[in-house]
Amino acid sequence: MSALGNSIGRGAASAFVLAAVVLAGCAAKLPAPGEIHDPYEAENRETHDMNKRLDQAMFKEGSGGPPGPIGQAVSNLRNNLGLPRMVVNSTLQLRPEPAAKNTLRFAINTTLGIGGIFDPAGHWFGLTEETTDFGETLHVWGVGEGNYVELPVIGPSTERDAVGRFVDLLIDPALLLANGEEKAAILALRIAARSVDRKRYAATVNSILYDSADSYAQSRLLYLQNRRFELGGDAATEAELFDPYEDPYAE
Amino acid sequence: MPNDLLSRRNLMISAVAGGMAAAMPLPALALNDSQARALIIKAVDDVNRAIASGKTGPALYSDFERIFIKYGDVPIIARSALGVAARQASAAQMAAFTKAFQGYLSRKYGKRFREFIGARFEVVGAKPVKTFYEVKSTAIFKGQAPFEVLWHVSDKSGQDRFFNLIIEGVNLLAAERTEIGAMLDRRRGNIDALIQDMKTAG
Repeated sequence: MSALGNSIGRGAASAFVLAAVVLAGCAAKLPAPGEIHDPYEAENRETHDMNKRLDQAMFKEGSGGPPGPIGQAVSNLRNNLGLPRMVVNSTLQLRPEPAAKNTLRFAINTTLGIGGIFDPAGHWFGLTEETTDFGETLHVWGVGEGNYVELPVIGPSTERDAVGRFVDLLIDPALLLANGEEKAAILALRIAARSVDRKRYAATVNSILYDSADSYAQSRLLYLQNRRFELGGDAATEAELFDPYEDPYAE
Repeated sequence: MPNDLLSRRNLMISAVAGGMAAAMPLPALALNDSQARALIIKAVDDVNRAIASGKTGPALYSDFERIFIKYGDVPIIARSALGVAARQASAAQMAAFTKAFQGYLSRKYGKRFREFIGARFEVVGAKPVKTFYEVKSTAIFKGQAPFEVLWHVSDKSGQDRFFNLIIEGVNLLAAERTEIGAMLDRRRGNIDALIQDMKTAG
């Protein structure tokens, strides 16, 4: 089972490398910031309500705040194990610089940081994570974001980014090298680290989920704007900036 | 969403403005790069001081409200957040809405600023965009990649004021238009009921 998974993973990875070589250099055009494609809104809203109920059951109000040393270690370990996957993605995007930075970061934190429990690369050398994923790789290859989707448990995403999440599981070197038990451990670590994140950003997440008049619309807007910024930077948003002094509403 | 007439009007304004820009060697802005930058440096200093004060809850929110009034063009932010409904509102309603909006925004972002404790803001640059200035600042957390906060500054109110914030691509005016729109829908378009709701929201 695991061997089969591995060979599929490796096959997929080499196919992607080939595709990267063919497709690189034709990044998808980003939609305008105000543009939202949400034909599945009714289904998405149902998933959103379900996600909110799950969140409420798992995180009591007021339990937020920055992590303690254990929480921080869990978060650091998860981040460190994610670096090889990001290096793979940067390589597929033909972006050598973030690939090199993350490789160095991985080497430092795995050794000096005792397997990634600590983050000396970030704290001592200013070598912070160059975050990327297969959704971004698809973007670089020219795949548009598709429709907005809210995924069960995971939350806001797009069709492209949902595919990206799935492929990231197949091309993740940490998962490809792990045996069955190790895979389960990695998964448990990710869930635990996600819970640390949820608590760290409790004020903002609670404000969006529970104080908003339409938490679905808010999370959709915030996700899409932030994601497009991650993929395209400032240039992506510049053409569409509000000028309320010129705006018809502002009379 | 602007209707056809308004977009045509906007097109004309842009055409005239474009013509003017072409005719003049420099952009016709009273505000300049260093003034816009100076405003945000002061605002960022006040934000840094508020975060470092160790205040929490209402005491911190009222600090934010003061910063917001001092450096922000509150009336234009409120009007823009209310969107089309601002056209039907009376002057008294607009005044009440603006006041309620200012408290709402300070509570809402005051809460979220708890996550900025330990961060340091730095102004890194300014450039003209459209008819205003964009000042770029970064929030620096030890050991983390810095993240970007853009401040949009204009002097169209008669004073140098910021009117929008963009945090890692998330546009505050856009988010508030969506939120205030949803609050207004819940009240079936009744602005007075919306104003009442806003006094406790955020």
